[in-house]
Amino acid sequence: MTSPQLTQNNPIQTDLTLRISNLNVYYGESHILRNVDMSIPSGQMVCLIGRNGVGKTTLLKTIMGLLKPRTGEIFFADKPITKLTPDRRAKMGIGYVPQGREIIPRVSVKDNLLLGLEARPQGRKGNESIPEEIFDLFPVLKTMLSRMGGDLSGGQQQQLAIARALMGKPRLLVLDEPTEGIQPSIILEIEAAVQRIIKATGISVLLVEQHLHFVRQADRYYAMQKGGIVASGNTEDLSQEVIQQFLAV
Amino acid sequence: MSALIEGLFNGISIGSVLLIAALGLAIVFGLMGVINLAHGELMMLGAYTTYVVQNVFKPWGEPWFSFYILVAIPIAFMVAAIAGLVLERGVIRFLYGRPLETLLATWGVSLILRQLVRSVNWLLAICIAVFCLLFFGGMTWLSRHPDWERIRNWVIAILLPLSTAIAVVTGFLISKMPVLTKAWFSARNVDVTAPSWLRGGVKVLDFQMPYARLFIIVLTIICLIAVYWFLNRSTWGLKIRAVTQNRAMSSCLGIPTAKVDALTFAIGSGLAGVAGCAVSLLGSVGPNTGQNYIVDTFMVVVVGGVGNLFGTIFAGLGIGIVNYLIGSGTLALMLSYTESLKPLVDVLLFFATSSMAKVMVFALIIGFLQVKPAGLFPQKGRTAEL
Repeated sequence: MTSPQLTQNNPIQTDLTLRISNLNVYYGESHILRNVDMSIPSGQMVCLIGRNGVGKTTLLKTIMGLLKPRTGEIFFADKPITKLTPDRRAKMGIGYVPQGREIIPRVSVKDNLLLGLEARPQGRKGNESIPEEIFDLFPVLKTMLSRMGGDLSGGQQQQLAIARALMGKPRLLVLDEPTEGIQPSIILEIEAAVQRIIKATGISVLLVEQHLHFVRQADRYYAMQKGGIVASGNTEDLSQEVIQQFLAV
Repeated sequence: MSALIEGLFNGISIGSVLLIAALGLAIVFGLMGVINLAHGELMMLGAYTTYVVQNVFKPWGEPWFSFYILVAIPIAFMVAAIAGLVLERGVIRFLYGRPLETLLATWGVSLILRQLVRSVNWLLAICIAVFCLLFFGGMTWLSRHPDWERIRNWVIAILLPLSTAIAVVTGFLISKMPVLTKAWFSARNVDVTAPSWLRGGVKVLDFQMPYARLFIIVLTIICLIAVYWFLNRSTWGLKIRAVTQNRAMSSCLGIPTAKVDALTFAIGSGLAGVAGCAVSLLGSVGPNTGQNYIVDTFMVVVVGGVGNLFGTIFAGLGIGIVNYLIGSGTLALMLSYTESLKPLVDVLLFFATSSMAKVMVFALIIGFLQVKPAGLFPQKGRTAEL
C-alpha cells in the first residue's frame, strides 16, 4: 500500500484540490467506506478503479455531500467542507457528473445547461448565454437545445451532463462512470472532450471508470476493494497484475 | 340559446373560483407533491385579511373605500405566503417524501388555524409574541456563540420551557383587562362588503353578469399569466422546476434546495390567500370557509393531471361548467326537446340542485379517473416514467 502519508487535521498550505482523510461512511448499520484516505493534486486527473459494489460511487457521493460520513474530514482547496450542503460545495467549485447522468427530464437542453450556471459563485443573473466552447466540445448539443432533456439518448445525456457541470467553471470535475452503457465512438468523443477540458482549463478531475483505455489517460490511480483504498500510484506503473487483481471479474 | 350562454358564463365563473383556489394547490401539490390539507385554511386567512383591510379602510370613507380590495389582494397574498412559509419551515420541511405524515400534520395545522381565528384576541397575540421574541430572539443571539453546535440542544432545552413559562405568566398578569380578552373575529361569520363598483352587474341578452364575478374571472386570468410567466420564464421558476424534478441533482448543481422549497411553498400559499380574497366577495367569511373549497381544489388538480398547469385550467373550468349546467337544470331543459332522451332527462332533473350536482360531478370524476388515472393531460414521452 503506497497511499500518501497525510497529517490529519492540519490545514497546511498544499497544492491539493481535494484531500480526504480517514473517511468512514455507513448506510444504516452497514459499513461501506472504511478509513479512506485520498488526495487529488491540482491540475491532475485521478482515476478510481475497482469492481462493482466496492464503494466508488458512495465515495463520490460523500465528496459531493449527498451522503454524510460518520467520521473523517474532506478538504477542498484546504477548506473543510465536511459539514457543507451539496449546493455550497458545488458553488465552491466541484462539478459533479453522476452515474446515470441525472439530467432534469422535463426541462429543455438549453435550460439544463443554464442550470449549470448556478454553481458559479455569484449564481445566475438571468441574461447569460451558453459559451461557444461548450458546443465546440459537444457539437451534438447545439442541434438539440429546444428538446426536453429526458428525451435525449443515453450518450447525448452523458455529453449534456458533462457540459452542464462545465458551465459552472468548476475547479474539480467529478465523473462517475461516464462511459457506462455508451457506444464506442461516443466513448472516444467523451474521452477526447475530457482531455481537451483538462488541457484548456487546468482543472482537476476525479474519474470512476471501468473502461481501461480511459483509465490509462489518468495521471494517478487509486484502487478500491471492500470499501477501502488498497493500492495507488502513477498510472504508468499500473501493471497488468494490478488490473487483474482489481478490475477483472 | 341565451340559457346556454348564461349557463356557460355562470359555469366559467364557478370554474374560475375553483381555478384560483386550485392554482396555489397546483404548485404545492402538483409541483412539490406536498398534500397540504391546510390549503383551505390559508384561503380562509386571505379572506379574513380582506375583512381586516376593509375595516381599516372603512373610517376613511369614499373614495378610499372603493379601492380597498386592490390593497387587500397583495396584503392577503403576503399574509398567506408568510403563514405558508412558517408552515413549511416549521412542519413540512421535515416531512418531504412522507405523504402520510404530511397529510396528518397539515390536517392538524388546519384545525389549529380554524380554532385560532375563532379565539384569537389581544391576550393570545401578546403571549405568542412574547414567546417568539424570547425563544427565537434567544436562539439567534446565542447562535453567535463559538460552540453553537455543541450547546444547541442544551439551549433549546432551557429556552423552550423558560420562554413558555414567561409567556404564560405574562398572559395571567394581563388577563384581568377585558379589552384584551375580547375575541377579534369570534366564531361567527363576518361579512366583506364589496366596494360599490363591484356591486350590480352588466346586462347581457336577458341575464345579469355580476361585476363581482367578472372581477374574479379577470383576477384568475391575471394570476394564471403571472404564475405561468414565473414558472416558465424566470430564473427562480427554472430552479423550482429543476428541484421538483430531481432534488438531489439540483443541489449538486449549486441550487439551494431549501430556499427553493420555501419559496415555492410560500408562493403556492400566497395564491391561496388571493383566492381567499376572491371568495370573500361571494359570501360571508367564517372559520370553516376553507373547508368548503379544499375537496374541490384537490379534485381540480387531480383531474387536470398532477403537475400540469394547463390541465388545471381545463379541469377547473370543465368542472365549473358541468357543475352549473347540471345543478341549474339547464342541461335537462336543453335535452327535454328530444323525446327519446326522456329517461336521461329524468335522471338529470333528479340531480338539478346545487348539492346533488356536486354528487353527480364527483361520480363523473371517479368514473373519469378509472379511464384516465393520470388526469386530463398526463406526462407523455420518454420522461413520463421518470
